[in-house]
Amino acid sequence: MPSPMIAAKHVSKWYGKFQVLNDCSTEIHPGEVVVVCGPSGSGKSTLIKCVNGLEPFQEGEIIVDGLSVGQPTTNLSKLRSRVGMVFQHFELFPHMTILENLCLAQIKVLGRAREEAEARGDQLLKRVGLTEQAHKYPGQLSGGQQQRVAIARALAMDPICMLFDEPTSALDPEMINEVLDVMVGLARDGMTMMVVTHEMGFAKKVAHRVIFMDEGRIVEDAQKQEFFGTPRSERAREFLSKILHD
Amino acid sequence: MTLDFDVIARSLPYLWKGFQYTVQLTAIAALGGIFFGTLLALARLSSIKLLAYTAAGYVNLMRSVPLILVIFWFFFLVPLIVQGITGAERPPLMGAERTAIITFILFEAAFFCEIMRAGIQSIPKGQVYAGYALGLTYGQTMRTVVLPQAFRNMTPVLLTQLIILFQDTSLVYVISATDFVGAAAKVAQRDGRLVEMYLFVAFVYFVICFTLSQLVKILQTRIAIVR
Repeated sequence: MPSPMIAAKHVSKWYGKFQVLNDCSTEIHPGEVVVVCGPSGSGKSTLIKCVNGLEPFQEGEIIVDGLSVGQPTTNLSKLRSRVGMVFQHFELFPHMTILENLCLAQIKVLGRAREEAEARGDQLLKRVGLTEQAHKYPGQLSGGQQQRVAIARALAMDPICMLFDEPTSALDPEMINEVLDVMVGLARDGMTMMVVTHEMGFAKKVAHRVIFMDEGRIVEDAQKQEFFGTPRSERAREFLSKILHD
Repeated sequence: MTLDFDVIARSLPYLWKGFQYTVQLTAIAALGGIFFGTLLALARLSSIKLLAYTAAGYVNLMRSVPLILVIFWFFFLVPLIVQGITGAERPPLMGAERTAIITFILFEAAFFCEIMRAGIQSIPKGQVYAGYALGLTYGQTMRTVVLPQAFRNMTPVLLTQLIILFQDTSLVYVISATDFVGAAAKVAQRDGRLVEMYLFVAFVYFVICFTLSQLVKILQTRIAIVR
């Protein structure tokens, strides 16, 4: 077995007295697509933000590509530059054009020349089908388009894995599929992905494993067939029956 | 009483020099104030408690003391303190102009700090996360993501503060610096033409400040549409 890309070991986190993560352990291997689901407030978004050190945690350890995220000696900026992240609310930089959004970190962090960064940016905009929008500002794009740009922006850094934090939750229903299509394409290309989402259609299509969280714990961590076939926990069964309509 | 507005024309070159100093002082105080104010704002928002409290203490002190007192402190007290430290025979001469510049930068920094702090806090946390997630450092995220947006949001308030600053610089008159008001006052007393000179000075301040504040209003609506 090759070493995992992401390994969480007994991670616990508190906001004051309130425990948001409770002894979470899991591993994600290169090329694996893992969907994290669970009711709101179950800690899934917090967990994924801990993976690239956007949120600190008090106990346990998270190793990404051999580096410990919680270690003060770890160069977090450098680690994050290799881990792509897509947010619920897109978080494109509104004062920059789409192309500038794609180029900023390539130039500032990777030290690429502007022409090289723009070429890579154009290439990725083509991939997400938004070449026409390169010189517009984020505010001029629809939610679905903005989220596709956000995915392209993360990919521009040539990441070793991608984290998605509820990428379709803020979208109007008719825009969800255009974003999911891009993500399915990525998964099929072999990208390592950790995806917090309620889109069980996506999970069924491309996920290898599904993690179910409730009240800060990883309640279930199973292969896809197993999870959708016979969930072991009562909470997971209840959750699935609530969100599965198809 | 007969009014002699010819005195204005006769002293125009001298008044112009005073006016130039006023503009210069305003510009330097604004640039310095915004620069140090931004640093103060970052310090106030820092997670390092000592830094945050020190900056907050400084800002609260400056904002709670009349500007004219701060000018006096720097003009009369700082040379004495410097003398005490260096043990020189006489207090070093700072000069009214230099004192004014230093005082205004330090004083305005406290006000610009609060404006910038509000501006920085108006930017959603997600923007900071997005910057970090791309591998940008704290400094890079601030410079390229947060501050440009904060400045844009704050532009109308910043400009309004600049107009106030432009008027406040006239206080340097109390340490005999020859700004626009100072120059006018000197001519007024020399020639006994107080009414004419003070009317003229008031008129110039009014025209400039009223025009600028109208421009800020127009800008405000423009920015509102862009966002």
